[in-house]
Amino acid sequence: MSEPEGPPAEDNGGLPARLGEQRLTASVVQTGMFGAEGTGDTSGYGRLQVRKPPPLSSEPPYGGYFDAVAQALGNALEPAGLGFSDAIERVVVEYGEITFHVRRERLVEVADKLLHDPALRFEIFSGVSGVHYPDEAGRELRAVYHLLSITHNRRIRLEVGAPDADPHIPSLTGVYPASNWHERETWDFFGIVFDGHPALTRIEMPDDWRGHPQRKDYPLGGIPVEYRGTKVPPPDERRSYT
Amino acid sequence: MTPHATPGATDADADATEGRVYNVAGQDWDEVIADVRDLSGSEQVVVNMGPQHPSTHGVLRLILTLEGETVTEARASIGYLHTGIEKNIEYRTWTQGTTFITRADYLMPFFNEAAYCLSAERLLGIEDKIPERAQIMRVLLLELNRISSHLGGIGPFGFELGATTIFLQGVRLRENILDLFELITGLRMNHGFFRPGGVAQDMPAGGLEAIRDFLREAPRLVHDFRTLVDANPIFIARTKGIAYLDLQACMALGVTGPMLRAAGLPWDLRKSQPCLGYESYEFDVPTVDTCDTYGRYLVRMEEIEQSLRIVEQAVDRLADRTAPNDPWMIQDKKIGWPARLSLGPDGLGPSPEHIAHIMGQSMEALIHHFKLVTEGFRVPAGQAYVPIESPKGELGCHVVSDGGTRPYRAHLRDPSFHHMQAISVLCEGGLLADVIPAIASIDPVLGGVDR
Repeated sequence: MSEPEGPPAEDNGGLPARLGEQRLTASVVQTGMFGAEGTGDTSGYGRLQVRKPPPLSSEPPYGGYFDAVAQALGNALEPAGLGFSDAIERVVVEYGEITFHVRRERLVEVADKLLHDPALRFEIFSGVSGVHYPDEAGRELRAVYHLLSITHNRRIRLEVGAPDADPHIPSLTGVYPASNWHERETWDFFGIVFDGHPALTRIEMPDDWRGHPQRKDYPLGGIPVEYRGTKVPPPDERRSYT
Repeated sequence: MTPHATPGATDADADATEGRVYNVAGQDWDEVIADVRDLSGSEQVVVNMGPQHPSTHGVLRLILTLEGETVTEARASIGYLHTGIEKNIEYRTWTQGTTFITRADYLMPFFNEAAYCLSAERLLGIEDKIPERAQIMRVLLLELNRISSHLGGIGPFGFELGATTIFLQGVRLRENILDLFELITGLRMNHGFFRPGGVAQDMPAGGLEAIRDFLREAPRLVHDFRTLVDANPIFIARTKGIAYLDLQACMALGVTGPMLRAAGLPWDLRKSQPCLGYESYEFDVPTVDTCDTYGRYLVRMEEIEQSLRIVEQAVDRLADRTAPNDPWMIQDKKIGWPARLSLGPDGLGPSPEHIAHIMGQSMEALIHHFKLVTEGFRVPAGQAYVPIESPKGELGCHVVSDGGTRPYRAHLRDPSFHHMQAISVLCEGGLLADVIPAIASIDPVLGGVDR
């Protein structure tokens, strides 16, 4: 185990870094112990602050076929002058699934290698799923791709981040034609602009709809409903425990 | 293809920019034909089909460019059945999520629930702790649902071709399955029966006997159906060689399910990436290599027969499990739903024993019940995607948790949505009449496409 990285010594007036101090800069994701808000603190845990854990990053060996995939992807990227670490920010192995966090500038090259390299051969494009993390500055919007290789019976996930201020991710329609509608859906719901898409129009919402409904800053809407003499508030105004 | 009309434009504006527009809404066809004949020069007609067309399996809108009767361009427009299921789930607990997700593709509700619950269970890390009884009941219901989904696709397909007998024969068998669903879950569709951790209820008394009765009857009904349709010259004329999609095209478009197996590739997630203990059941993966609508029909019919085999094995396994108090929900009290349902004089509700237990005997049980029902359980942060082989192809649910009691994001990768992209490839170059078999061969359900 290496020492955790702290701030430079001179910032501390010569004192050694305190263990875990750098985590104090992370954003607070939860206060209190039980998640309830809007009532007085009777638990004594009200001042507890849970900070966002640092982003996960797995180191090889990843286990199973994941190492073979990472190795083959590294080999495939090398001749084109793109190192593995240059194209892939980090690799996360969690819950028995592998996620490659791909830099968006490199996404098309990586996808091209994943499809065409004989050692990879991810033929089946299983769709794009957008996710919006408003708290993660600089990479609020994510496009999550699931790929399946029938040849090798393998499955991987690619994740690409883009900031809210510049929501552009290159389109994969040139590599995987089946990404067409999925990218339109992700544009429709999250406002991610897939550069190079042949016709990036709304697909589920009406053409003249304003806003992108699956983003976290877009309200669910709804009206209070009367039930047995009492008003039930709409779902997004009910007490939340998270 | 003409561009969309500008909002607010008058008919005259639209005519000027898009060419003459005809509304066909039940008037005399002779007038339309006479008008169209007067069109000078161009043989090209753009026809809008849907969204309220009976042959589009819901509210699908097709924009077809025709030269004579040949389709030169086919575009699908969807979104007419978008209900915001994915958005709504983000404001409910993980358990309440099944109530929403089941309504996506309403012909295969159990598959939606299974994809969602399996993904949630992976995040919870309880994949190995699901009781065996729950897994067998899931397989049993999934395979019955596979049969009813295929019949819900093939029966109406016959209707669309003009054959009411095919429709009625298909619906008759499907009806028997829906009766079983009603007996087991209480509902004919939109069950919300699979929960993260297991299933909502045990097999009711008489349930296994009812399924056995069905299994005795079903092969004959399937046989009757196939006798009627398999070699029917009209059906063959309408389906053979129609909507051709070979293996190469399937791969390029990411097509899975019966369409891929009708192109000759025996790819079935139940065999290649099994979950729910599918590896322990005996069944075959039927394939044909005709790549057309008829082949897809054959694959679906043979899958029905294979599903009957699996149901039979699942029933035997359930019958063998005679131990008292065999659980159907995970025994982890932090996750498993505490209440048991029972039928009282005022309808179905929590069992009196459970109420007596939490109200009179155990403070801890009351707290657990209260916390689980109001707050739900916390799911560790992370993301998971567990795909299953649905009747229509790969169905997966990408769930993301932030460590709270509600899904941070749940996205259904619906095979109908994915396969609808193949509409242009299936229809272009064919006849207008073949558009209907082409759509039906995908077997799309717009509830799943639009979610």
